[in-house]
Amino acid sequence: MGRYCVKRLLSTIPLLLVISFLIFMFIHMIPGDPARLIAGQDATKADVKVVREQLGLNKPLLTQYGEYMKGLVTGDMGLSIRNGKTVEDTILPRLKPTILLTLSSAMWAIMIGIAIGVLAAVFHGKMADYLGMLIAIVGISVPGFWLGLQLIQMFSVSLGWLPTGGLDSWQSYVLPSLTMGSGVMAIMARFTRSSMLETMRADYVRTARAKGLIESLVVLRHGFKNSLIEIVTVAGLQIGGLLSGSVMAETVFSIPGLGRLLVDSINLRDYKVVQALLLFFALEYIVINLIVDLLYGVINPKVRYD
Amino acid sequence: MAQTKINGYSDQFAAAEELPKAKSRAKEFIKKFLKRRTAVVAFVFIILMIIMAIIAPYIVPYDAGQADYSNLLSGPGKGHIWGTDEYGRDIFSRLMVGTRTSLFSALTATVIGTAGGVLLGLLAGFFGGILDSLIMRFCDVMFAFPDILLAIAVVAIIGPGMINVMIAVAVFTVPSFARITRSATLSVKQELYIEVARSLGCTNSRLLFVHVLPGTIPSMIVNFTMRIGTAILAASSLSFLGFGANVTEPDWGAMLSQGRNYLNTAPHIVLFPGILILLTVLAFNLLGDGLRDTLDPKMN
Repeated sequence: MGRYCVKRLLSTIPLLLVISFLIFMFIHMIPGDPARLIAGQDATKADVKVVREQLGLNKPLLTQYGEYMKGLVTGDMGLSIRNGKTVEDTILPRLKPTILLTLSSAMWAIMIGIAIGVLAAVFHGKMADYLGMLIAIVGISVPGFWLGLQLIQMFSVSLGWLPTGGLDSWQSYVLPSLTMGSGVMAIMARFTRSSMLETMRADYVRTARAKGLIESLVVLRHGFKNSLIEIVTVAGLQIGGLLSGSVMAETVFSIPGLGRLLVDSINLRDYKVVQALLLFFALEYIVINLIVDLLYGVINPKVRYD
Repeated sequence: MAQTKINGYSDQFAAAEELPKAKSRAKEFIKKFLKRRTAVVAFVFIILMIIMAIIAPYIVPYDAGQADYSNLLSGPGKGHIWGTDEYGRDIFSRLMVGTRTSLFSALTATVIGTAGGVLLGLLAGFFGGILDSLIMRFCDVMFAFPDILLAIAVVAIIGPGMINVMIAVAVFTVPSFARITRSATLSVKQELYIEVARSLGCTNSRLLFVHVLPGTIPSMIVNFTMRIGTAILAASSLSFLGFGANVTEPDWGAMLSQGRNYLNTAPHIVLFPGILILLTVLAFNLLGDGLRDTLDPKMN
């Protein structure tokens, strides 16, 4: 297990190198001159040139990439164009809202989604199944940002129960979490249902029933437990998607998180921040995949790593 | 000469043998599909939307760009069944005319993305080796970014605008098709008829496009249908973030984005575009579900 962990960790290094290189190259293809942007519209050519030299933008691309990688390793990712703060200082304060949002959405969405999926599978072909699957398919079809706007309209504007945006108290997290989680809930419900239907057909489930076990234990101990490995995979991928998918909810609810920062930085051509954020999101996705892989062994002891 | 003759004969032969069978298979498929009522309703809805996209500009009650300053932000009612927007333009007319931009861009983006993904998947699965590794690692890199983030990254690089949004959506459609096609190709490659075609002297490109490609299509139909829904959602999300269409053009996502400013006073501006997006995406998803159940009954 330990050796497998190390091997998997090492195998992500080339992937990250390729990703970092691609992001770097792509970012430099973004049209627009950041030096001109900082110097201001009225700046003379000489001013712009000075700024360009300060930022190191006049050096060859590969040299810039080398310096960027060196910075990454030593923890110095450069300065944000917007406010002159370091990239770390720009990103770190934004981390907490996004992580809290991701966790709060993931928690309700995964639990409710799995519950709907299990119930739909148990009552296969009955009313509960159709109702659950209706909720699920609407959940994957609804535009998240529109759902957010409708929730604001209903609970903030009309009823005045919850704040329209910002992050002042725990109440501020309710509507954004509902918005972000709806899609995940739907995917989890659909997936859990089909996985459960598959396992409930297995021979060992028939055996469990034949020996007179009560149905709820058959479903939980023999059905659900065996579906769990697939459910965890999907749940992991969904959490990975949520963290970076927070951009829509953060825009609708004006939350100062990473997603909002990404959109703002793109508009300002603050490419050091864009670069760092994209790399962070990719890294986060890869790490979650790794955790999911390792969890297999915990859930299903038959899985052996070598 | 002899070779082409053999090929010609064998093709004719195959055609004569295949035709009645293929026909009955299609019939059987239609019969099975018609039994799934929700999917049929969804299919009819999609057809209606496509017809609307074609004829909307000629039949809507108001011109989509026509402003009416005496009638700003008025709610749904007489004269304007879905109300008017901040310039007094008729929302119903704009939405119907916008069907063209929204459906067309999603369809085009999905078709281009699918074509790219299928080509990569075919090449990877058919030739294997270094090409396979290269293409699949490329897909891994793309998969490291969730859909909407990849689209945002692409728009960040090539700039905002409707065409660029389509390119962005097409790009994030590529990796999933590449994977599906690759695995379908790997299994089709093992089939006897491929070996026969090869022994008859088919060139690689003929093998790939005439013999392997059709065999992989069933596994792609479902993904394609659902991906159109995803594309509509992604394009409207990008429009909402301000990366999308020119704001004067009637486009569902752009209408939502502008209407957001009037949420307190005129919530109907946001309500109707959203419902239309929801229904259209829902229709594609339901159709996709229906097709999957029809093609692969084991899934249900």
